[in-house]
Amino acid sequence: MRWPLTPRQEQAIVRLLLLFLTALSIFILAFIIFFILRHGLPVLSWEFLVRNPREMGKEGGIFSTIIGTIVLIILALTLATPLGVGTAIFLTEYTPEGRLTRIIRFGSECLAGIPSIIFGLFGFILFVTKLKFGWSILSGSLTLAFMILPTIIRTSEEAIKFVPQAYREVSFSLGGTKWQTVSRVVLPSALPGIATGVILSIGRSIGETAAVIFTAGSALRIPDSLFSSTRTMSVHFYILAREGISLSKAYGTAAVLLISILSVNIFTYYLMNRFLRKYS
Amino acid sequence: MRGKENREKLIQLFLLTIALSAISILALISIFIFTEGLPIMFRHGFKKFLFSLDWYPSEGYFGLLPMIIGSLLVTAGAMVIGVPLGLAGAIYLTQFSSKKVRNLVKPMIELLAGIPSVVYGFIGVVILVPFVRENFGGPGFSVFTASIILGIMILPTILSISIDSLMALPPSYREGSIALGATQWQTVRMVLLPAARSGIIASLILGLGRAVGETMAVIMIAGNATALPRSILDPVRTLTSNIALEMGYVSGEHRQALFATGVILFIIIMILNTMANLTSKRMAS
Amino acid sequence: MEREIVIRVRDFSYYLGSQPILKKITLDVFRHEILSIIGPAGSGKSSFLRCLNRLNEIRAEARISGTIEINGHNIYSPEVSLTELRRKVGMVFALPVPLPRSIFENVAFGLRMAGIKDKKLIEERVIDSLKKVALWDEVKERLNSSALKLSGGQQQRLCIARVLAMRPEFILLDEPCSGLDPVSTMKIEESLMDLKKEYTIILVTNNTKQAARVSDRTAFFLSGELIEIDRTDRIFTAPQDKRTNDYISGRFG
Ligand SMILES: Nc1ncnc2c1ncn2[C@@H]1O[C@H](COP(=O)(O)OP(=O)(O)O)[C@@H](O)[C@H]1O
Ligand SMILES: [Mg+2]
Repeated sequence: MRWPLTPRQEQAIVRLLLLFLTALSIFILAFIIFFILRHGLPVLSWEFLVRNPREMGKEGGIFSTIIGTIVLIILALTLATPLGVGTAIFLTEYTPEGRLTRIIRFGSECLAGIPSIIFGLFGFILFVTKLKFGWSILSGSLTLAFMILPTIIRTSEEAIKFVPQAYREVSFSLGGTKWQTVSRVVLPSALPGIATGVILSIGRSIGETAAVIFTAGSALRIPDSLFSSTRTMSVHFYILAREGISLSKAYGTAAVLLISILSVNIFTYYLMNRFLRKYS
Repeated sequence: MRGKENREKLIQLFLLTIALSAISILALISIFIFTEGLPIMFRHGFKKFLFSLDWYPSEGYFGLLPMIIGSLLVTAGAMVIGVPLGLAGAIYLTQFSSKKVRNLVKPMIELLAGIPSVVYGFIGVVILVPFVRENFGGPGFSVFTASIILGIMILPTILSISIDSLMALPPSYREGSIALGATQWQTVRMVLLPAARSGIIASLILGLGRAVGETMAVIMIAGNATALPRSILDPVRTLTSNIALEMGYVSGEHRQALFATGVILFIIIMILNTMANLTSKRMAS
Repeated sequence: MEREIVIRVRDFSYYLGSQPILKKITLDVFRHEILSIIGPAGSGKSSFLRCLNRLNEIRAEARISGTIEINGHNIYSPEVSLTELRRKVGMVFALPVPLPRSIFENVAFGLRMAGIKDKKLIEERVIDSLKKVALWDEVKERLNSSALKLSGGQQQRLCIARVLAMRPEFILLDEPCSGLDPVSTMKIEESLMDLKKEYTIILVTNNTKQAARVSDRTAFFLSGELIEIDRTDRIFTAPQDKRTNDYISGRFG
């Protein structure tokens, strides 16, 4: 090849380079999953899932951390879903685009950009110390709810916007009030899309560590009240790995984490596609 | 009928209150971080926080400069790794690959965006840290290691948003340029990339924000030393790690100093947010 | 023959922002007639219908001047209840819009929103309305299956039935047959002729032949203005305005 290259030659080289980089990216990401599952799946067993951890997690399973994760997420969703969906309804149905909607959207976008450690810091100072909830399910789920709120707002808003305008007009023309239109026509039609956002934030919550470890704590007992501290799977995994308690248990926990997050995300993807197909 | 209208008004008011929740939470977080973190900064002077190298909080030394530099280094490193990979992937998948491949790979990558950061950190510890230690020297826990892992972590973000903004361009751009005899690569370089600029920049800023804010993965692989690193193979501590590492057990001024760390982090993130917001505004118009 | 005027439109203008959509419209609608509105696309026919049940107000930047009286009451006066007005003035859209619910629930939808709980009454109304649009025999076996599964023509008749269930006084139809085949169109036209006995009907149509076939009077709109309104036979045989003549003889639009 002679210098300077012809555009065709240049294109061929660039194309090859791009292909290589793309393949590399995919390989790296796929490798991470493969690596975790390769070492983690052999550790998995029914016992691992339904036994409580013993000796700080060196022995036993991860049952209490599964429970902790589920409880925390359910509570966080119970709080964040109505807030998020309500905000989305207000933004799309109740107010014209203007300064107010811009402020609300800006707030939500900023909230989405705040790192989880800041949420952790905030939850720690407000819920754990100032309000004296201590390291507890309550503090953890409140913090988590604040964190996933923007995701739920954004996806709900998109889902609501996807509902054909004609549905609203039909409802109004049949004498429906605004709220009747929203509650009987718009929300039912947007439900699959809203569910997508909710499930998406479940996926995010499962993997969250920084915000949770400083608010829900890391107790290994099965929680018995809103005020008991609990340890989620991801926190457990972090502690196992960082303090070198047990590498094999860490792999096992990581595998459970990954499998649950990937299934949640695949399900989200499936839901979203179905929703989009329905309205386009 | 008046009853019905009053009910509608009430619902509207109720929804307005709910809609203000996000912005109120944002305000609440800012207030708490700032009221906890600012007083100590005033007491000891901002200069000491921003420009001093010594972090011995129990003895009243609150120099955050090493952590600020640490965050900058690690983030810059992450961008060096993540941006070329992400952009290359986005360009290849939108311009050179078949639609079938793209429709398979894009969702896959978006699924991978869900891998939790602790898992990335763990991969760093068990694979990359020993590898770096044996092949490049140093303790293995280093700026270099952290940059690679963070770069991989922000890859899905950059890739998926860049793909979206390249796909959003009207096909006429591309057809027009090809019709003028340009090669595909010339078209990409001279027409498509400039046209999709704001979207791509927004994706970079988002990736940047994610890298600056990442905590658990960085703690696991960056080594967390409070001294200034002299090479990229030296360990380093970021602002986020500084908070997370010490928050569990401290009180008094030391704890306030962690909130001061939070203040600095918060300000950096807010600047990034605003920038992302402005570029995506420009993208919309 | 003097007939009872039920809708009285006077100097009515409608703006979106600063753009005038309807300009000083003045016309009357008689009880139990079918009034057709014809005119090229963009002439303001749909906008006019939407002003009659105040559906235009969904848009924030809408503004009006002049008056529209229905049964002697100005519908734009502040004490008018929008929901009651819309129940009285039913509307059928160009494309059939069945809600994603069962056939039965589609027809019952307006009644439920009106707060009617009496199951017997709702069932009666649903059956009665479906019969009036000649849909009952086609769907009586599958009232609980989704309305989205009906054919286009059936869907549009369902939408008319949905309006009838509320026992309105007026039915506004906005190009109801534009997406339908000739057979379905004929069925709807037959229903309209039937419904005329009990309802006052305003039919916007892009099909001048349809106007000629079903309506008693016809109005011609052009660029937001009412050019001419008269008995249908006169509009189609001896229009007063050259533009009307041009339009019906197919010379533009
Ligand atoms: N949603 C809208 N936004 C802006 N202008 C509109 C909108 N709907 C209608 N118009 C304008 O109003 C005028 C009348 O439209 P329309 O009532 O739909 O006419 P027709 O039903 O006779 O085709 C048109 O010039 C159109 O440009
Ligand atoms: Mg129209």
